Amino acid sequence: MRVVVAEDLALLREGLIRILDAYGFDVVEAVDNGPSLARALDTHRPDVAVLDVRLPPTFTDEGLRAAIDARTRTPGLPVLMLSQYVEQLYARELLSDRAGAVGYLLKDRVSRVDQFIDAVRRVAAGATVMDPEVIASLLARHENDEPLKTLTPREHEVLSLMAEGRSNAAIAARMFVTEKAVSKHSNSIFGKLGLQQSEEDNRRVLAVLAYLQA
Amino acid sequence: MTAADAPPDPPPDPRAALGLPPAPVRGLPPAPARGFRAGLVLRMELLGWSLVLLLASAAAFALLMLWGMAAGLVLMGAGLPVTLLATALVRRFADRHRGWAGRWGGEPVARPYLPIPAGNWLTRLRAILSDPATWRDCAWLAVDSVAGWFTAGGPFLVFAAGLFSLSYPLVLALTPPQVLRTPLGPQWPLHTTAASLVMVPLGLVCLALWYVSAIPLARLNAWVIRSLLAPTEQARLRARVAHLATSRAETVDTQAGELRRIERDLHDGAQARLASLGMSLGLAEQLLAQNPQAAARLLSEARESTSTALAELRDLVRGIHPPVLADRGLDGAIQALALAGPVPTTVTVRIPGRLPAAVESAAYFAVAEALANALKHADAHHITISVEHTPDSGGLLRIAVSDDGRGGASFGGGTGLRGIERRLGAFDGTVSVDSPVGGPTDVRMSLPCVWS
Repeated sequence: MRVVVAEDLALLREGLIRILDAYGFDVVEAVDNGPSLARALDTHRPDVAVLDVRLPPTFTDEGLRAAIDARTRTPGLPVLMLSQYVEQLYARELLSDRAGAVGYLLKDRVSRVDQFIDAVRRVAAGATVMDPEVIASLLARHENDEPLKTLTPREHEVLSLMAEGRSNAAIAARMFVTEKAVSKHSNSIFGKLGLQQSEEDNRRVLAVLAYLQA
Repeated sequence: MTAADAPPDPPPDPRAALGLPPAPVRGLPPAPARGFRAGLVLRMELLGWSLVLLLASAAAFALLMLWGMAAGLVLMGAGLPVTLLATALVRRFADRHRGWAGRWGGEPVARPYLPIPAGNWLTRLRAILSDPATWRDCAWLAVDSVAGWFTAGGPFLVFAAGLFSLSYPLVLALTPPQVLRTPLGPQWPLHTTAASLVMVPLGLVCLALWYVSAIPLARLNAWVIRSLLAPTEQARLRARVAHLATSRAETVDTQAGELRRIERDLHDGAQARLASLGMSLGLAEQLLAQNPQAAARLLSEARESTSTALAELRDLVRGIHPPVLADRGLDGAIQALALAGPVPTTVTVRIPGRLPAAVESAAYFAVAEALANALKHADAHHITISVEHTPDSGGLLRIAVSDDGRGGASFGGGTGLRGIERRLGAFDGTVSVDSPVGGPTDVRMSLPCVWS
């Protein structure tokens, strides 16, 4: 799988390349600034891009902008954004084209290497992956909303895991229940929130996120 | 009102306390040519005012006498409280006139008084008597008790004469033949209705005179008030220096406090974690050969430790300078704040591009604080944030944070409003709160984008 990496700190860049290499990814180019990133995304059209939000020359959200621009030129180009901090605003912008194949994670998550690699693979496959911190703050925002208050604690847990972009199987494994139980919960959640249930995982995630961001 | 240091109500302009020139008032002075009808309404309003001001002129004379008498009594060793009371009355009276002059003269008239020190009555009296503004007040009372008759009485008299002349034929018809027959003097008695018509054009002339002179006379009055009741340049500069000294001291204090907090957070947080991380890793290195399982456990502990350290650093960085503020400026950062809060928040930001970094940061933290207040105390259902910096806002960044919560916010309530005041004070910014019990709450802040 061909990957473009953008990260300005040499140590972290090397670390990312090493991890990706070790799991059989082919890092076709690793860049350290915004303009080269835009070029690299356009020339390689990678299977997935792992990008730092903040990049030179402006040291602002250069990486995020490059990713969003590249996705307007190549719709659905899979990008996994990494950042020292997560911001609702950026999550919203990344999700706004509703094309999926987007990830937004704290850099800390890279230290759980297996989970990080799993996220890269899922984004490459078109899934949406959101950092638990993004989801926690989204849910906190809706703490007192009517339909959400009617969810059972169990359903609440399923909802946040779904919003993070996990599949039923992953949720089941995480909660030590059967997949069937998870799908029962998710049906109930969709019923309570008045959302259209969808068989396809990514569609389901996007629906949940759109609901939470409304 | 019990003493001379009774709080002024309302202070003519919060900027005056900072020794700043007053902010221009929008929409005034009255535009002279906006149609006859609007002009007439304006002049009728002024006519009402001139009646008030006329009475005030008489009151000015009485106040001057009262004050003079009280001060005279002090010289004879009595009358201290009376003087303080009289001073408070004079100042309040002058404030009303400042407000009036500000409204009709185009820009607000600042309050020139020096702060009155706490202490016994004698110290207060000494402060009052050594304040040049006190004596300028007296001078103004004297001037106004004479000039008021012309600037305020003039238009009223001319208007009344106009009305009387215009309706004179009617007056003639309705009154008995002995009265009101010599409006032009005893030489020219008017007896017939035909003769009385002479008065009509005279009435028109009077009304025209009133129409033409009303605004210039009001301006003249405003000018007199401004030239005696506004602070002199020296007083303004003195207030400015006093304010700068206070705000500098507060800023230095706050910054030192912030640095101490950051130092402590780093010392107890990230630094300590990195130290323990180093130990875990060293130990793991040792154990790798003999006891790989224990080494693996240590390594996973070490990883946990990095996560926690990073989370702490993230919080710390947010408190120093939020990354989103650096990325997106005030607009994006406030949007991000609004998105993070649990209460629906509408944000309107109208600023041309990026502001100076220090202003952005001060404004951001002020909004964050006000928003946190609203979230914590107000129990609101909706919050509105508006930030505006446009050419016609006079170089000021105007910020309003309003909520529909329970109200009752005040500077004394320990609600962080003091903190906002201190933060903005360093930039000559101001904050005011309108929060009746029961809501809604409206926190307004203003912050100059260029400062001296």
